[in-house]
Amino acid sequence: MKVNANQGVEVKSNLVTGSDLLVQALEKAGVEVVFGYPGGAVLPIYDALHRNDTTFKHVLSRHEQGSIHAAEGYARVSGKPGVVIATSGPGATNLITGITDAMMDSIPLVVFTGQVAKQVIGTDAFQEADVMGITTPVTKYNYQVNDIADLPRIVNEAFHVATTGRPGPVVIDIPKSISETVTINDYEDDFYLPGYQPTVYPNPMQISKVTDELSKAEKPVILAGAGILIAGATEELKQFVNNWEIPVVTTLLGLGSYPGGDNLSLGMGGMHGTYAANRAIYESDLLINIGARFDDRLTGNLQHFAPNAKVAHIDIDPAEIGKNVETAIPIVADAKQALNVLLLQEVNRGDYTAWLDKIKKNQKEYPLWYNREDNPISPQWLIEQVYEKSNGEAVVTTDVGQHQMWAAQFYTFKNPDNWVTSGGLGTMGFGFPAAIGAQIAKPDKMVISIVGDGGFQMTLQELSILKTQNLPVKVVILNNEALGMVRQWQETFYEERYSHSLFSENPDFVKLAESYGIKGMRVEDEKNVPDALEEAFSHDGPVVIDCRIERQTCVYPMIAPGKGMHEMIGVTK
Amino acid sequence: MKRIIIATVQDRGGVLNRITGMLHRRQFNIESISVGASDVKGISKMTFVVEISDKQKLEQLTKQLNKQIDVIKVLDVTDKAIVTRELALVKVVANNQTRPEIMTLITAFRADVIDISKDSLMIQVTGKPEKVDALIGLLRPYGIKDLTKTGLTAFPRGYQPEQGFSELNNMSAHG
Ligand SMILES: Cc1ncc(C[n+]2csc(CCOP(=O)(O)OP(=O)(O)O)c2C)c(N)n1
Repeated sequence: MKVNANQGVEVKSNLVTGSDLLVQALEKAGVEVVFGYPGGAVLPIYDALHRNDTTFKHVLSRHEQGSIHAAEGYARVSGKPGVVIATSGPGATNLITGITDAMMDSIPLVVFTGQVAKQVIGTDAFQEADVMGITTPVTKYNYQVNDIADLPRIVNEAFHVATTGRPGPVVIDIPKSISETVTINDYEDDFYLPGYQPTVYPNPMQISKVTDELSKAEKPVILAGAGILIAGATEELKQFVNNWEIPVVTTLLGLGSYPGGDNLSLGMGGMHGTYAANRAIYESDLLINIGARFDDRLTGNLQHFAPNAKVAHIDIDPAEIGKNVETAIPIVADAKQALNVLLLQEVNRGDYTAWLDKIKKNQKEYPLWYNREDNPISPQWLIEQVYEKSNGEAVVTTDVGQHQMWAAQFYTFKNPDNWVTSGGLGTMGFGFPAAIGAQIAKPDKMVISIVGDGGFQMTLQELSILKTQNLPVKVVILNNEALGMVRQWQETFYEERYSHSLFSENPDFVKLAESYGIKGMRVEDEKNVPDALEEAFSHDGPVVIDCRIERQTCVYPMIAPGKGMHEMIGVTK
Repeated sequence: MKRIIIATVQDRGGVLNRITGMLHRRQFNIESISVGASDVKGISKMTFVVEISDKQKLEQLTKQLNKQIDVIKVLDVTDKAIVTRELALVKVVANNQTRPEIMTLITAFRADVIDISKDSLMIQVTGKPEKVDALIGLLRPYGIKDLTKTGLTAFPRGYQPEQGFSELNNMSAHG
């Protein structure tokens, strides 16, 4: 039976629906792709997507969580906001993990949720959820559209808020009665936000304090965070570092902000960071944090964090400065602008010779290490192989767990925006859908998703998208038949009581891939790894590779929870 | 330490929820909030009384408030010359003997009786929190049946002595 949804409404040609206004606003915002999933409350919006010849495409996921992580991956590598549409109630609540993840990692998203009709909001109507209430603590900002005349302005404003200052997710909740309303087509979209004026340019006085300190310092170190990537300031950082010859530690999310493998790069700091990196922070007398937020996984016990250092902190979010670490030189600014002003200062170095020698010695004496196995495969060696076979040029996304740390440690990120991982929230299920978004953003690049057998099973239904969108993502499963990171903590801190962390049954990942029409492979011996990776990476389409890795391997070195940067364990074999 | 903080906010949907939610989530200890219109349409003022343990926490509080999209200005007025006021309504047990006594007592506080019934009096008192609390303390022995307070609202005075500005106010200004 066919029923006309707009029965009784005479649609004149200059009239449009709220959903058409939304489509227009998205086009005006320059949206290229929307990740979404339909449902009752967004039927008018989906109808508008169908009726209009939109300039953007829509990617249908198999679960809203898949949509939003894909949008995050897209945003992280493209620098553009990720756009998501979901229906009311369960559609909206399925997005919460991704919204929170984006909030923690400063990823710009504009998320549209359907809502029940205005007349029934507050009555526990079918598929009603208090989206404003639920998302307020996990968004940069959120809106419910109460008047159709506000819709174009709200969309315009939302893109502005999501992408400027410290980026983050913005939710727009649209009642069905708004999206289906027939209306005229001439509303203004100008906005006025007197309370939102991010400080982009640094105070030059504060900047010269940094260079003053640099000329007095003997043991300076830079902590480079994702703020540098977001600001597009990697070239400026490189120049600043080269001018002053300061060693650089990157955060987990900041990998690639300074070329990994470079002379002055100490690699990642923090819980599973390198000895040289953590030691440099611990011993430094001047710590310059650019675009990192002193997360506890980086700092370890704050009492022992850079105890002798004067701290300078450049961040676009003033609330991050002084939040966890006392800061002598606060600089509120965009990382690129701050570095540009830093580059204008005269270079008048202190004597860092002894410091640089000591750091080199640490790097040489205490490199990252691992045991070689043959069968099953050593996971760290596998990551090195992935690096080699992709020429170190791939976009790598990961999930959360041991494989994530091994990827961070052993895939050397030389270039910016090639690394997508869930840092702040540590969201299992993130890595694979994020790769889908990354591949859509960079169709010509190789995108490799390194996942654990646990996390992959949280969102693997999105294999469907690889097929429907014809995306050549390479999924490398580090299969240890366990929730590896949980197992490691149980081994180390709970006397090997492996409570619910070992998988006795896993699906056959090869058959699983094949059932989605995707090439599936399995490798169990190290000797087969190079050929298998070559075959997978040269395959003209998506591949899932089930790599059987050594099951007891732990991630080292480590700063145990509650311990300080000087108390690393597992530094040597 | 107790701090009095005034936030000027854009009056948009959910703004109170947004701000109280943030304060709660970040474990700030709010003693009272009062919200009211300003003389500009669409702009409201919120006055918070918070119990804060140290300077670093206080700086976080003003920064987190400033970070809210709807917040236009944050002012810590604790160390300024300020006028603070709150209003309380007190329903106190009163009979023929105690009624005149209570009425005499409250005149010293310039409080008003706004309702009288056979066995109770309703009293309205306005002023600094100390004054309001002092009156409540004196009424308590008679038996308080019900009590409600508006929470504090505050204004900096027109004239500010130089030393009235604390270091922290200056810090949050450019934050
Ligand atoms: C959604 C979610 N649930 C639980 C956790 C806790 N957690 C952190 S790592 C981990 C194990 C991950 O196992 P797997 O995906 O197989 O990766 P591995 O550590 O073995 O590399 C778990 C359960 C989490 N981070 N996210």
